[in-house]
Amino acid sequence: MTLVVRDLVIRFGGRTVVDGVDFTVPDGARFGVIGGSGSGKSLTVLAILGLLPEGASATGSIALDGVELLGMRERELARIRGRRIGTVLQDPQTALDPLRTIGRQLAEPARLHGAVSRRGARAEAVRLASLVRLPEPERIVDRYPHQLSGGQRQRVAIGMALALSPAVLLVDEPTTALDVTTQAEVLSLFDRLVAETGASLVFVTHDLAVLARISTEVLVLSAGRAVESGPVDRLLAAPQHPVTAGLVAAARATSFTASGPEDPA
Amino acid sequence: MSAAWPRELLRRPGGVLGVVVLAVLIVSAVVATFWTPQDPFATDPFHRWQGPSGAHLLGTDGVGRDVFSYVFAASRTALLVAVLSSLVAGVVGVVLAAVGALGPRWLREPVAVLIDVLIAFPVLLIAIMLSAVLGPSLTEVVVAVGIGFGVNIARVARGEIRRVARSGYVLAARAAGLGPGRVLTDHLLPNIAPVLIVQLSLSAGVAVLSEAGLSFLGYGAPPSTPSWGRLLGDLQNYVTIYPLTAVWPGLAITVSVLACNLFGDALREATDPRLRTGRRERRRVR
Repeated sequence: MTLVVRDLVIRFGGRTVVDGVDFTVPDGARFGVIGGSGSGKSLTVLAILGLLPEGASATGSIALDGVELLGMRERELARIRGRRIGTVLQDPQTALDPLRTIGRQLAEPARLHGAVSRRGARAEAVRLASLVRLPEPERIVDRYPHQLSGGQRQRVAIGMALALSPAVLLVDEPTTALDVTTQAEVLSLFDRLVAETGASLVFVTHDLAVLARISTEVLVLSAGRAVESGPVDRLLAAPQHPVTAGLVAAARATSFTASGPEDPA
Repeated sequence: MSAAWPRELLRRPGGVLGVVVLAVLIVSAVVATFWTPQDPFATDPFHRWQGPSGAHLLGTDGVGRDVFSYVFAASRTALLVAVLSSLVAGVVGVVLAAVGALGPRWLREPVAVLIDVLIAFPVLLIAIMLSAVLGPSLTEVVVAVGIGFGVNIARVARGEIRRVARSGYVLAARAAGLGPGRVLTDHLLPNIAPVLIVQLSLSAGVAVLSEAGLSFLGYGAPPSTPSWGRLLGDLQNYVTIYPLTAVWPGLAITVSVLACNLFGDALREATDPRLRTGRRERRRVR
């Protein structure tokens, strides 16, 4: 599954917030998008899903295996979301409906796209809970979001995203709201799941240290423009653009938190 | 919403009181449809203004009607108006709120303005206007409270829907492929339900109060329909002489309205898993 974005321009409230971004995510790639606040990275994610907020519009091209997503009808887009593109969004505190049990939410995508019956939903939820290594999957599916920790909730969100084995896993700052230890655990989970499922990963973050761990190719966004792209190793070793250099410096400045012994992934 | 909510409801004192009073109201309304101790409209000029006795549990009024039978029979009117008004108010409120929050852009602003304009009209004023046109009836009370309180619900619910629609889980649900209709029924309505429940129970209380008030003024229940408010109106000239008689319909109104509010509050707490404080739940947290 190849995701090709060409000349993506997003206008929001009269301003151009993403200005001509191009990138290609080849089949099975681990692609990172990095940029600071307001660089347009989250809007790019929403544009791929066709879920731009009201008042924002996108032009250009976003193609999934040659099928154009921009301007696609809402009903067809809804079939692609969840089934071919799995999504994990930023904040695990708010990503789950507080009134529904973990099990119902885990099974929701599968139920929605007709992959499991009402009766099979619980088994599916338990399967997904163990897939993302939630403790006591049989019991946790009966709990509510407020009874889980932030890291556990993010695992639930990841489980929902992976429910239908999507070809592309789109994640927007999935570890930003987590503490460092939990962040490392969730990253190793991504590592393992992407390797197991063979999905392409599009990982959006502001933290280069995280990308260095999870992705191979990186695109650097700044103020809505792509300023640099290439293999993550090269960017770390020899950043060409000042923005990239700034990100590298920032990552190095905080890297003592991650420079201890590598956690057992 | 899980199946545990009835137990949660009965764990709260307000919930118990609300449930008991509403149950009494419902039972008496059902029984009164078929049977009352005496004919609530039968007058008896030889037994006027009697105090409570074996024959007349709550005494008799100025034309010798049995007050207990009348109050008993009027519970049916109160319950009918409360239920129907809340139903109308709920539908009016949710539809207006959904259109005002999620509808096409060109429609939202007009709906918001419409809500604000209608809120300016008090329920009683709408009812008196309708009554002037259509003549006093319970239908007019139901329509007036339904619209009058419906716009109140709409204003609150619109804000709530907009708040929930911006939340992470709605975006996550959309990203999982849920359509706008399913998002409304599966995520938005359940999450604004606590607010709706309180508003609906308030509207039931307001309906009982409005029906009583309108009937008191002669704009509500026609003379052929027993009503607490109408009885109060009949008794008001003599309240300084026979205060006890007027206590009964007044008590019925007060207790019913209070029960509606207590029930709503307790139900809201019981249906929201975040507000539960049961021992079992607490132990299960990690």
